[in-house]
Amino acid sequence: MADSPIAVQGTSHQVHNPALLHHFAQPEQQRNAASLGMWWFLATEVMFFGGLFCSYLVYRLLYYPEFAACAKTLDWRLGATNTAVLICSSLTVVLAVWAASMARRTLLVVCLIATIILGFVFLGIKGKEYHDKFVEHHVPGPTFSFEKVPIPGHPGEYANPQRAQIYFALYFIMTGLHAIHMIIGIGIFTYLLIMAWKSRYTPKYYTPIEIGGLYWHFVDIIWIYLFPLLYLIDLHK
Amino acid sequence: MAGHATSLKTYFTIWIALLIFTGLTVFAARIDLGVYNAAVALTIASVKATLVALFFMHIRGTSERLTKLVVVSALFFLFLLLGLSMSDYLTRAWH
Repeated sequence: MADSPIAVQGTSHQVHNPALLHHFAQPEQQRNAASLGMWWFLATEVMFFGGLFCSYLVYRLLYYPEFAACAKTLDWRLGATNTAVLICSSLTVVLAVWAASMARRTLLVVCLIATIILGFVFLGIKGKEYHDKFVEHHVPGPTFSFEKVPIPGHPGEYANPQRAQIYFALYFIMTGLHAIHMIIGIGIFTYLLIMAWKSRYTPKYYTPIEIGGLYWHFVDIIWIYLFPLLYLIDLHK
Repeated sequence: MAGHATSLKTYFTIWIALLIFTGLTVFAARIDLGVYNAAVALTIASVKATLVALFFMHIRGTSERLTKLVVVSALFFLFLLLGLSMSDYLTRAWH
């Protein structure tokens, strides 16, 4: 490519790809190794979040009425909006990978910027939701208050505040851990944006865009599960 | 990894499908399906996750078999974690 310096190595007549590290035989092998490494990392992330989903499942089965009452205090419209925001960001990520593979630098930069903006939109909406929870004293701790909150579908019955606190503890840990992943993702994409701006990526070498994209899609998948589990319990009652 | 044959048309189709499924999961949650509400919500979420993994994360069309092994082993251990935990909690005589 015109924008990547081509170095000729020693006496070898082969043109050496500057992005190819010496311990790899082929660019293809290097790419597969990087991608596989990311996939293994995502497998550990599955176990990381898996433990939280498991404890969620145990407490949901134990304290289902409280979980339903707590889920009702969240705004499902904001949750659904955030789901759509993340789905759109996944599209811009996959378009960025495509643009990198097609040497469309402008499209790549635009898609990376769009992804970062959508990431901030998600965090902004999440921040608004957290703010509301603080105002309502629904944050677990000494100031927690959940008095006389009706259980959906059971007139005259109220949620046990102790049990409700467990729901909100899980809500804040799960969405908080997800939000930390989003912040790290925005950091990664800012780095990718700077490198893309400097024309560091070519159709021969755009592995960072690809594996950064894998991370972003994974974080999207986690939210795809968090949304119905946390927001949509007994919504019809 | 070799050759991203996936076309832009596929990406936009998957994107639209994901948005439709999001609407569908909200719609399904607002009607009373009894015990099936949770099952429907999880099924739709799994369909969406599968679409993202297959088409956006390029599991479909990858030449690297090891990638598929990682995905399968991650799911296997996740189900082991959830399955064995539930076989304990669901069979305890507490109320």
